[in-house]
Amino acid sequence: MKVYIRASTCISPQNTFNNDGFLDDIIEYTGSRLKAIEPDYKQFIDPKQIRRMSHVIKMGVAAAKQCLTDAEVTMPGAIITGTAFGCMEDTVTFLTRIVEQQEELLPPTAFIQSTHNTVAAQIALMLKCHNYNNTFVHKGISFESALIDAIMLLNEKETDNILVGGTEEMVDTSFKILTRLGLYKRQPISNLSLFADESKGTIGGEGVGFFLLSNKFSTDNLAELTGLKTLYKPKSIEDSITNFLESHKLTIDDIHLVITGKNGDTRNDEVYHHLSDSLFKNSSLANYKHLCGEYPVSSSFALWLAVNIMKKGVTPEVIIEQNNNISSPKKVLIYNHYQNKYHSLMLISAI
Amino acid sequence: MSSSVYVAGVGVISAIGNNVAEHLASFEQEKAGMGDITLLNTIHKHKLPVAEVKLSDDELAKMTGLSSTISRTALLSMIAAQEALADAAIPDFHALRTGFVSANSVGGMDKSEDFFVEFLADNNKGKLRNVFDHECGSMTEIVADKLGVSDFMTTLSTACSSSANAIFYAARLIKNDVLDVVIAGGTDALTKFTLNGFNTLMILDKEFCKPFDEHREGLNLGEGSGYVVLVSGKVAKTLSKSPYCKLSGYNNSNDAYHQTASSPDGTGSYLAMQGALKKSGLEPADIDYINLHGTGTPNNDSAEGTAIKRLFNPAYPPMSSTKSYTGHTLGASGGIEAVFSVLAIKHGIIYPNLRFETRMEEVPFEPEKKFLKGQDIKHVMSNSFGFGGNCTSLIFSSI
Repeated sequence: MKVYIRASTCISPQNTFNNDGFLDDIIEYTGSRLKAIEPDYKQFIDPKQIRRMSHVIKMGVAAAKQCLTDAEVTMPGAIITGTAFGCMEDTVTFLTRIVEQQEELLPPTAFIQSTHNTVAAQIALMLKCHNYNNTFVHKGISFESALIDAIMLLNEKETDNILVGGTEEMVDTSFKILTRLGLYKRQPISNLSLFADESKGTIGGEGVGFFLLSNKFSTDNLAELTGLKTLYKPKSIEDSITNFLESHKLTIDDIHLVITGKNGDTRNDEVYHHLSDSLFKNSSLANYKHLCGEYPVSSSFALWLAVNIMKKGVTPEVIIEQNNNISSPKKVLIYNHYQNKYHSLMLISAI
Repeated sequence: MSSSVYVAGVGVISAIGNNVAEHLASFEQEKAGMGDITLLNTIHKHKLPVAEVKLSDDELAKMTGLSSTISRTALLSMIAAQEALADAAIPDFHALRTGFVSANSVGGMDKSEDFFVEFLADNNKGKLRNVFDHECGSMTEIVADKLGVSDFMTTLSTACSSSANAIFYAARLIKNDVLDVVIAGGTDALTKFTLNGFNTLMILDKEFCKPFDEHREGLNLGEGSGYVVLVSGKVAKTLSKSPYCKLSGYNNSNDAYHQTASSPDGTGSYLAMQGALKKSGLEPADIDYINLHGTGTPNNDSAEGTAIKRLFNPAYPPMSSTKSYTGHTLGASGGIEAVFSVLAIKHGIIYPNLRFETRMEEVPFEPEKKFLKGQDIKHVMSNSFGFGGNCTSLIFSSI
């Protein structure tokens, strides 16, 4: 069975949503936090609901709806999302009120919308979609877990079209706490020089990416998701990547472009540097986290990127780290890891 | 795709027991787990009953070998997961492709609540240790590390149907030949966050809950965890004792009606039960017992009852809500009740629905009131429905 990507939408700190261009008007940020650019939600959501919805719900619903429109699908056979932190805005709101109002006279809305499955549920509610609906919440492989679910459903012939998304919002509270935990840089930095001068910490980001997956061939498909593998604390990532490629009867020389999850943090990037000098020595290499920041489902941004590289036949200059004759890549490998624990590999092929 | 997925081990902790044996005893003695709040520092103490696990974090830590500073959610998870794995006694466990698929609804919220008090007063204050493992995924990771499972792990969160979906997903990982053995289920600890959340929705009963009763007034929150060890047919053959049963059917459907309320006709519940029957190749008449979602809220029980009427009319199997013992354990309930469903088949028992008095007006049936032994139970349906319209039914079948 082959898994195709029929449509792909992305809301991120760059102009990636409903934009005919492809990363040709890059936005520079100074600081250590990149905020997603919010689209005009009115064309996707009833204005009365917009007011009640948190940032991540609005982004998720808008990107999901546009993805279905692009794929010309009215009712997906399944809706699956991945998010590590879930609905942080509503969670923080409710938690704050519990403390400040000493558990008295609390309004229920924030609690109701705080559950991790809210985005997938709201999409189902808007579409009146009674089909399979699931949400994965496992740190840096939340989005990958959702993709694995979708691939299994297609393999089981339960349906032939599935809406899958990664969603994550950064709110002031989570940014403050994650900064205190040492995730982000202490000095302001331009995102465009993130890799120039590596130091401790990265830049925080957020965003959503939605994909319509199908097992039906069509010339309208954008790309094929040929392989996906998640790894927990692998002994040798080099061996794991080689084995993964081998399982698809490929070697690293067959890969036209490798997109890595480099994020500018010295310790985080050690493994990427090691691979640049070994397995990826002769590969064309690209990075993406200077554009969207680091967040647990950022691999959904990378997948959107790979799909568009396939569809448009161009590799945007802004992502290229090492160019070994990239023309229009037909096989792309995405290798990302989250805090050195969760590693994921995605193999994307042109149609 | 390989055909059957077997249940090789079970483990459970809730307000009525710290392991499987204690649960069976409490069921037979009709001993409910609700009582006054003793562990949470909340204004609802002495006003709202809850079903607490009768062990402190320190005691749980001692029993698991984990630190008492980690979330109670992970501590509870570890207790039942290790019981299930020991029960399964899988030869050469570490040579197999193993996974841990767990679910919960609020992760390390019990610790985040402590952190937040100091943090709100001063954003540079609050012990970071208390918020480091806030994420739902951290609970799973802590336990998987301790169990020595590293081939695959993930976490699901679909509110109150979370751990039924975890079991469902785990079974499919085996069917798709990704893994050989998966410990699957879920966990949740009582928190001020969820207690106040459900309180704002005005669906907490101030007395002990009365699921499926005409005069029911809401649910009681509980805590705990429950896991099943699922194995492939190939692994099942290597076991020294025969597996309990197989997971024969499952379905996940969405009510698509309201973020928290169930549709009056129980569309999502109906589709979940119907889909699970179809998957298992069974007819409604084949089901010997339904472990109800049965929270005790007017809305849930009415929707679930109506859906059962639509699907099972005119012949109703025995059914009961074990939440009348354990309270509603949220993200853990699907896992805990999966264990109860497996035990019903193994021991030929049907659990009573405690405190039931008056039949609901909208349905022509009532739940079982007595503890029944010596029953011939081949197929059990377990229902789990949650916020966001997430409805999942599982069917366990004797071998």
